[in-house]
Amino acid sequence: MTMNYFDHDLTSLHQQLVNKETTATELVQATLDNIKATDDQLNAFITTNPESALEAAKALDKAGQFDNALAGIPLGLKDNMATKGIQTSAASRILKDFKPVYTATAVDKLNAAGAISVGKANMDEFAMGGSTETSYYKTTTNAWDHTKVPGGSSGGSAAAVAGGQVPFALGSDTGGSIRQPAAFNGIVGMKPTYGRVSRWGLFAMASSLDQIGPFTRTVKDNALVLNTISGHDQRDSTSATREVPDFTSKLTGDVKGLRIAVPKEYFGEGIDERVSVTVRAAIAQLEALGATVDEVSLPHTKYGVAAYYIIMSSEASSNLQRYDGVKYGFRADDVKNLEDLYVKTRSEGFGDEVKRRIMLGTFSLSAGAYDAFFKKAAKIRTLIIEDFNKVFEDYDVIVGPTAPTVAYGIGEEIDDPTAMYLADVLTIPVNLAGLPGMSVNAGFVDNLPVGLQIIGKPFDESTVYQTGYAFEQASRLFEKKPDIAKEY
Amino acid sequence: MKEKITREEVAHVAGLAKLSFNDEQLDHFTTQLSDILNIFDTLATVNTENVEPTYSVTENVNILREDVADNWQQKQELLKNAPLEAAGLIKVPAILDEGEN
Repeated sequence: MTMNYFDHDLTSLHQQLVNKETTATELVQATLDNIKATDDQLNAFITTNPESALEAAKALDKAGQFDNALAGIPLGLKDNMATKGIQTSAASRILKDFKPVYTATAVDKLNAAGAISVGKANMDEFAMGGSTETSYYKTTTNAWDHTKVPGGSSGGSAAAVAGGQVPFALGSDTGGSIRQPAAFNGIVGMKPTYGRVSRWGLFAMASSLDQIGPFTRTVKDNALVLNTISGHDQRDSTSATREVPDFTSKLTGDVKGLRIAVPKEYFGEGIDERVSVTVRAAIAQLEALGATVDEVSLPHTKYGVAAYYIIMSSEASSNLQRYDGVKYGFRADDVKNLEDLYVKTRSEGFGDEVKRRIMLGTFSLSAGAYDAFFKKAAKIRTLIIEDFNKVFEDYDVIVGPTAPTVAYGIGEEIDDPTAMYLADVLTIPVNLAGLPGMSVNAGFVDNLPVGLQIIGKPFDESTVYQTGYAFEQASRLFEKKPDIAKEY
Repeated sequence: MKEKITREEVAHVAGLAKLSFNDEQLDHFTTQLSDILNIFDTLATVNTENVEPTYSVTENVNILREDVADNWQQKQELLKNAPLEAAGLIKVPAILDEGEN
């Protein structure tokens, strides 16, 4: 029997469990049935783990303890987070059948809270891509239109939530990989401050940029999940030692006196006019609710894509050296010697986008290119951070579009990497500066969702949530359902 | 227009990255990498004199912990993931070519 999550947020599911109107076992079984009923349309999951999920649910039901807000609630995980004994492939051939011997910290925290993962969601291979089309395994579709991409790289997690299969999911965001698919699917996606969530067990793409965060249908749900996964971890020396506040504390609907900055560069060339109009209308709504809105400038925005693709690919080329066919994962056949094993395994195990980025990074770090590329990009990164610091002296949040367009057709952009990279212009600066950024649904263009991006000061996710919640409660856009909702 | 990176340079970088490409792939990657390097060109126009590079935005410096082994007795589980094992060890091909010299 399926479960219609469109009609139940996390708070309502929690109440039902506490009141014994449902059980964890029923919810997990219903979630698995949801996936069975709709994954031929969405292709959101690479792997499901029904046995271990049902076992965890039964144990929880037996104990009968549902004190934690997430206890007994099912979820999906992006397939780049280590799950002990369950295939974790990062959507790559090179990690086919790889079963980690440990679990990522963020997932461990969910497990400890009693939340139950039912499967591993599709993604771009090693989180490299913006459409989930570079996956070795399958092509995920947009929850609103199955001929369109779900965005990426966390496209499976986003489609699973937006398509109603699961009440929430985790993704990861290196240059927009949570916010852009959240925008394309009309849901809430938060990339927390760098260091807010431990990266231990997240398969590294670019270690100075990667961050795990939640996908949910509402802002309050999102804050509840972030409450659970945040905090210092001695296994990730970059995880913040700061205290974790209750991220739901500012969800009042009130934004009177909130100072909102709107960068003029975020409405510049390359931004679809209909996206601009939709986002400007959302900002006007926040103003009507009592916030003050001013135009500002982030002058180095246009250099973000270049700086990002140098830094990200350099870090990625270094991180991906570990995949050599020796200790785990795919190993090529018919090799002459150890060197040949490395080269053949990597050439057959990685897809083209991963190779492109390894090549770019290796080039950027190579003798003769290091100063002009890697070091120069790191200096531009400083200028981008200074742009944000200056604006945050006078403003509480920065808002604009999440992506320049709505979701495009499957197969339309994949052969043009340059165009794909340039489409990340609005999300990338946030990662370079390590700031929290969230996408909430701002409205629709041709029945496809448009994202409103809300960027906060470091470790001030609470004000980002406050802003998103006020808009969401005033617009009630989350009440609009995609056609796939009729399947449940 | 002159390519930003030559076919020979792409082949050299592939060697550094332990990747191999056939002729057709090499042509394709040379064109694509040149296009991407064109985007990178914009950075040269920014004055970065006296600007310090940022390599990480973490606030943390030297996080230390007790030097105690944790979660380490997993040899059998780890070996299960190895493509080839023998006698409790991971097996790899010869470092030098077999059957040569």
